[in-house]
Amino acid sequence: MREAIKLKGETGTWEMVIGLEIHAQVNCKSKLFSGSATDFGASPNSQVSFVDAAMPGMLPVINNEAVNQAIKTGHALNAKINNTSIFDRKNYFYPDLPQGYQISQFKSPIVGEGWINIDLGKGDIKKIGIERLHLEQDAGKLMHDQHPRLSFVDLNRSGIPLMEIVSKPDMRDWEEAGAYLRKLRSIVRYIGSCDGNMDQGSLRCDANISVRRPGEEFGTRCELKNINSVKFMMKAVEYEAYRQIEIIENGGVVKQETRLYDPSKNETRSMRSKEEAHDYRYFPDPDLLPLNISNERIEKYKNELPELPDQKRERFQQDYGLSFYDADVLTADKSYADFFEIVSEERDAKFVANWIITNFFAMLNEVEKSIEESPVNAMQLGELFDLIQDGTISGRTAKDVFEEMFTKGGSAKDIVESKGLKQISNTDELESMAKKIIEDNSEQVSKYKNGNEKLFGWFVGQMMKNTGGTANPKVVNEILKTLLNE
Amino acid sequence: MTEITNLGVTETLEGLNKKEFSSEEVTKEYLEIIKNEKDLNAYIHYNAEKSLSLAKLSDERRAKNKALPLEGLPIAVKDIFCVEGERTSACSKILENFIPSYESTVTSKLWQAGGVYIGKTSMDEFAMGSSNETSYFGSVINPWSKSEEKLVPGGSSGGSASAVAARLAPIALGTDTGGSIRQPASFCGTVGIKPTYGRCSRWGIIAFASSLDQAGPLTRSVADSALILQNMAGFDNLDSTSVNIKVPNFLDSCSKSIKGMKIGIPKEYKINELSPEVEKIWDEGIKWIQDAGAEIIDVKLPHTKYALPTYYIVAPAEASANLARYDGVKYGFRKEDTQGLEEMYSQTRAEGFGKEVKRRILIGTYVLSAGYYDAYYLRAQKVRTKIVEDFNSAFSNCDAILTPTAPSGAFKIGEKNIDPITMYMNDIFTVPASLAGLPAMSIPAGLDSNRCPLGLQLIGKGFDEETLFSIGTIIEKSANFKSI
Amino acid sequence: MSLDKSTLERVAYLARIKIEDSEIENITAELNNIMKWIEELNEVDVENTKPMTGVSNESLRERKDEVNDGGYSDKIVSNAPEKIDNSFTVPKVIE
Repeated sequence: MREAIKLKGETGTWEMVIGLEIHAQVNCKSKLFSGSATDFGASPNSQVSFVDAAMPGMLPVINNEAVNQAIKTGHALNAKINNTSIFDRKNYFYPDLPQGYQISQFKSPIVGEGWINIDLGKGDIKKIGIERLHLEQDAGKLMHDQHPRLSFVDLNRSGIPLMEIVSKPDMRDWEEAGAYLRKLRSIVRYIGSCDGNMDQGSLRCDANISVRRPGEEFGTRCELKNINSVKFMMKAVEYEAYRQIEIIENGGVVKQETRLYDPSKNETRSMRSKEEAHDYRYFPDPDLLPLNISNERIEKYKNELPELPDQKRERFQQDYGLSFYDADVLTADKSYADFFEIVSEERDAKFVANWIITNFFAMLNEVEKSIEESPVNAMQLGELFDLIQDGTISGRTAKDVFEEMFTKGGSAKDIVESKGLKQISNTDELESMAKKIIEDNSEQVSKYKNGNEKLFGWFVGQMMKNTGGTANPKVVNEILKTLLNE
Repeated sequence: MTEITNLGVTETLEGLNKKEFSSEEVTKEYLEIIKNEKDLNAYIHYNAEKSLSLAKLSDERRAKNKALPLEGLPIAVKDIFCVEGERTSACSKILENFIPSYESTVTSKLWQAGGVYIGKTSMDEFAMGSSNETSYFGSVINPWSKSEEKLVPGGSSGGSASAVAARLAPIALGTDTGGSIRQPASFCGTVGIKPTYGRCSRWGIIAFASSLDQAGPLTRSVADSALILQNMAGFDNLDSTSVNIKVPNFLDSCSKSIKGMKIGIPKEYKINELSPEVEKIWDEGIKWIQDAGAEIIDVKLPHTKYALPTYYIVAPAEASANLARYDGVKYGFRKEDTQGLEEMYSQTRAEGFGKEVKRRILIGTYVLSAGYYDAYYLRAQKVRTKIVEDFNSAFSNCDAILTPTAPSGAFKIGEKNIDPITMYMNDIFTVPASLAGLPAMSIPAGLDSNRCPLGLQLIGKGFDEETLFSIGTIIEKSANFKSI
Repeated sequence: MSLDKSTLERVAYLARIKIEDSEIENITAELNNIMKWIEELNEVDVENTKPMTGVSNESLRERKDEVNDGGYSDKIVSNAPEKIDNSFTVPKVIE
């Protein structure tokens, strides 16, 4: 079992306690309480209804799909779906909050306690508790850089449905927090309840972190905001842990507060403007009745739940004989798994898995493209593998062909043809070539025969040189072995 | 021919149907009298051009035999209903120049039934008041005032009540949160009904307290109220609290016998503050109903005395959130030249809201704040449950409950606005039905010693407005109340 | 429970209503009066009573996930006290 990272301070070791609050934009066409669109990047206030702008007399009506997605997500988090939940008003003033309150769920959320497994590498799995999931409205957006004296308010985001998923404080270092965030993102993508896009803000993360000496009670926590990638979350947690340790070791006390993470400086700072103690005065929204969800509806979505990452990984291990690591990598994202399953159909699955992970993903990484954006699709990659498996090209050549496919396009077959990369497996042709090399290099042959076995490689090299690398290495090996050992 | 403006809803529609006059003529008459009676201050705004063109369109429809149920009928609208393109302010400075680009469901239904918009009537600011004195546009005068002393019309739908009583409209729309239709109806000698919560859509009505607000008509007769409510009520997808239940024919109910009905009389309404004149009218009402063949029984509503304090927690709490949107950002008044956002907020709201509104926002904020929520808000919602239970058990023994509408008749302008609680006491009889979401109607029943109207209140079971119209018609006939 | 001046100041801040120093005393007294009257509710035994959350017993009605609103930014900002193009503007916020 993996040991969580402990931090060394001046006075001893410290342990981190981390809980994450994740805001996931629910995959819906329209807003949580109105019929305006939720698309990203529209012009200011163009996706705003009178309801979203909190015009006098406007009333909320809940989006059925948002409720369904929350139920599905709840199931995927192994959580209890509540038969009755209540929407509350969370009251505060801010220009991006047109109603002067956010409709959220406080005492009675739609989804209660659950858990997910996170993968910590080498087959280590840790169970992380989920405290709750609730539905709420997103706020609008403020822009500060348009005018020297004014901030601009755009309400396009106002009212977009969000699921707030709150974990228990079960994570003990940033690696675990990172694994949790990645796993959660993977799960919501698997079931399609959120696109998981952190760049566009459809998945946002707040981290609660405190430090303590091992075995002691929880310390005072700080909430870190403005985290928009897994990497920054991990860095923010690390920075903040050291900051808190330093305070305590210097005799200070950590103040419970909200802190903003600044990725450009890699530091957190107190949000002074929000420091005045909030008093949100939650109370049930009288414009909305309690949301009742029948057991039939709960069961329906349970039965319709697709295969989730953990189940898929187990299946990949069992059905394809993949290692934990390979199966884990390939199921981390549904798009990876789908890609793999198309390519591996009627092909050597272990070989395909290995090749995708080491070559294909490396290439995608290099050009910073997602699997959906890959210039080489699953069918095309499959054709390349067929050429390897039927001996038309060598594995070495395949890498070059793939690079060509990836950068310049074209099918594997065409590239192999036009560049004459076809592997020579003709035994007669290769045998006469080998005989000639042995004849021309009697000195090397005698050295080899006298025990310098390393020279075998030299002969292989000569064969490759003569064929421009297209000789089938397996055949070459066999021929040379026979001829040299005669 | 009687003067057109003396006609009620039913008679006006009859005259229009018989082509005794056109909608344009009717509308002109009303616009004329509205102008002449400016001193009442019942209307804060009207748009003669718009009204006349709507009336002409109505006449055209009628000429083509395409007349709608309320074809050509002028309708006055409390300034709390959003009317597209017409200034809608809830009589608050903070919304002084707000022009909605949308139409409330209730008004929209009335226009679709052929009604003609005639103007916006005054009200207590954001419907918070019982005398119409908190309107940003000044006090409204009760047309029953004698020249030497100006009386309040009641509130918050004071402009609507005054307009209907003074014949500045055959019907005016009101809203009722804790008595805002019934109490001014009582003070001005008109009929007013607050239907069951969920009967009329709240969409497009500026919210005061969402769990209590309901729209209803103020008219000069019970049958008129029945006809108008018929055309206002109905399920609305846009209001999550609107109830999907059939709207019965209310007009039919007005001619139904009440023989054999059981009418409950709650002794808890015989409070010390009740004026002897009101008590006398109540007794008379009991007799009228008995004479019509109904049985009078005693019912117990033990938590009645707690209704008003409960209301003064629940309503301000909801209002404190509902009125948070008036922050000077999206519409309405913004205090200029303030230093920074926080000052903009707090000065805009300090200047934009009147005293009573601010008082209630502060109370509402306080009762919801950390450390006080359980003691005030939560407790009030529990007492509210008790009040509902009271009514449930009372209604297991009776069909309707008869009480006075208000503990007294209209009072003088300025008489009660010094002490808030004294003012709040006006709603002592109307608030319980509001808290329980029940339908309740005020019918003019007689006069007090100042020769000012007094109303009786009927409270019905949820979604049983029909019984109220049946009994209300009996009271109306027996009282033989002479309007001004 | 009595409402003191500092509580009033805090409540006024939460409600974003500026109260002049000269008004504080009067308003405190006035609100205290009202709250004292409201405390009559303490007489009621609510031990086993559930708080009311909605007037009707119905369940929340849900609407279909359809885009059928919005697309009128001009109307959204038409009443704005201050705007530039189709954005509302407010005194600069420092975050």
